[in-house]
Amino acid sequence: MIWNAFDIAVREISRNLTRAFLTVLGIFIGVASIITMVTLGGGATLAVKEQISSLGSNLLTLRPGAGFGSRGSSAGVPHFTEMDSVILGEQIASIAAIAPVRTASLSTIYLSNARASTITGTTPAYFQINKWNIAEGRFFTDADMRSGGAVCVIGNTVRVELFGTDNPIGASIRIGRASIEVIGLLATKGQAGMGDQDDTIIMPLSTLQRRLIGRTSSNDINQISISAVEGTDSIALIGEITQIMRQRRNLQSNQDNDFNIFDTRQIAETLGSTTQLMTMLLAAVAGVSLLVGGIGIMNIMLVSVTERTREIGIRLAIGATASEVLLQFLVEAVTLSCIGGIVGIVLAFGLCYGLAQVIKVPFNFNTQINVIAFAFSAIVGVLFGYMPARRAAMLNPIDALRHE
Amino acid sequence: MNQPPLIELRGLTKTYGVGDAMFQALKGIDLTIERGEFVAIMGPSGSGKSTLMNLLGCLDTPTTGSYRYEGIEVETLNANQRSLLRRYALGFVFQGFNLLPRTSALENVELPLLYRGMPRKERQEKSIAALNSVGLPNKLNNTPGELSGGQQQRVAIARAIVTEPSTLFADEPTGNLDSVTTKDVVEILTRLNVDRGITILLVTHEEDVAACARRTIVIKDGLVASDTQRS
Repeated sequence: MIWNAFDIAVREISRNLTRAFLTVLGIFIGVASIITMVTLGGGATLAVKEQISSLGSNLLTLRPGAGFGSRGSSAGVPHFTEMDSVILGEQIASIAAIAPVRTASLSTIYLSNARASTITGTTPAYFQINKWNIAEGRFFTDADMRSGGAVCVIGNTVRVELFGTDNPIGASIRIGRASIEVIGLLATKGQAGMGDQDDTIIMPLSTLQRRLIGRTSSNDINQISISAVEGTDSIALIGEITQIMRQRRNLQSNQDNDFNIFDTRQIAETLGSTTQLMTMLLAAVAGVSLLVGGIGIMNIMLVSVTERTREIGIRLAIGATASEVLLQFLVEAVTLSCIGGIVGIVLAFGLCYGLAQVIKVPFNFNTQINVIAFAFSAIVGVLFGYMPARRAAMLNPIDALRHE
Repeated sequence: MNQPPLIELRGLTKTYGVGDAMFQALKGIDLTIERGEFVAIMGPSGSGKSTLMNLLGCLDTPTTGSYRYEGIEVETLNANQRSLLRRYALGFVFQGFNLLPRTSALENVELPLLYRGMPRKERQEKSIAALNSVGLPNKLNNTPGELSGGQQQRVAIARAIVTEPSTLFADEPTGNLDSVTTKDVVEILTRLNVDRGITILLVTHEEDVAACARRTIVIKDGLVASDTQRS
């Protein structure tokens, strides 16, 4: 009986290819859109998390100025001293590493290639805090720090733009008015929220101070990078840093902080939950399209209900039982829904794969949403295909035949 | 022991609607039809002749009264059992043909055999033979849309007889046809009755179509008005 119903159902589908196509279309558009949106949204969330973890985890950055926005202007606010960095490192146990940072924007020249680059002067701890790895050559050392050696390490973007295909290690580049030897090439990190991380030149702080820009004051440190010991409560750590810094900067109790502490973990959590919200929004939009697809299917079924009611009447009149007719309609509905669902999943896979490359997010196959979308489409298809047939099959054959 | 008559009706009534809109289409029909008869049921429109036909063909259920088909009390059967009775004993030809659209003549004729679970090869052989017997050997793959009214009705007759039913119900089978094709259809029905011994119940309002039957029953206002045998 099942095989018979399947046989009849397949014949009936092949006779009404337009109707079958429209039904399948409704299902597969809904399935494809919900899977695509949720998968790409998930990929974007993952991409944001990866970028943030590439900045370094448990990373705190101390900057002059009250924070972001108009009140946060650092104009006129004193910068930090190297001593600030040393004291913080000595007094707070939960600081794993700390590095003073001074940046300057200078022109760099290698042979006939020139470009403006951001130069970072710091201590070797900076590499560990920011999770830089060396691709070729070596990092500079404490010995280079003490001697103020004319050495630097460069990021990949600088290598490409200045050296092209040449080997940079051991070559000298002109930075500002000094000639500096490249001793290391950093492993690439890629784009992050705040721009190209690989566009960087890092050298010993003492080199930057003595050879490139000179010193007019000991307050020449415009940033202190800190990494916390694993498992540290960052709120408590921020509290300790704030307390020491207020003392060192002689702030009275009625004065606001004139520095701010930027915590990557907080940023990561905020960005993560924002992208998750976006994914949920996309899923809701896609859910609407699945619903619209379902309504499309319902329309096709309702439009064809007169013809199909007569068909049911004919089948009943020539001796089919109601359950045989219903089984046929069930098989038809399941077949079309499954075809629509599978086509939708395949299409979504292709779309996700292609779009993930275009918008540069990782492609992450989400089994759960595929199963949910497929199940929903099957339920919608079967419900709207089967319910009108059920009503018709319960009629007296003559009433079904006369249906108008 | 005597065989029961093929069809035996006692006090059969059918009422449509409820309350003020209630309408009694059949007011108590008593009727006996034996195997091998060719009966024409006539009457003015609204007399209840089609209602009677639908009840006899188990396409509809009576309000009161008893209907025995080969001794089976039809009113006690459920919808499923009535379907099976239609499948194995009854054949139908309708005024509006009622063929499946976009479906070839051959597949339309095969349909009742499909529900009997007959193997494909046997099904096709029988269907082709049935289409041959109604004079349509060259129209196997044409859909109803590609056939004339007379040809469609012959496909419908082929579908009705392919199962070799004991009774064939024809409800105004010539109602939508011109006089030439009407003659063809009447001839086919007569031959089925004479050659194969199929009992035929034919509803019509045309005198010349009814003339081919050996017995004519006239229904008026839901009652049997006359019942005449022709020798």
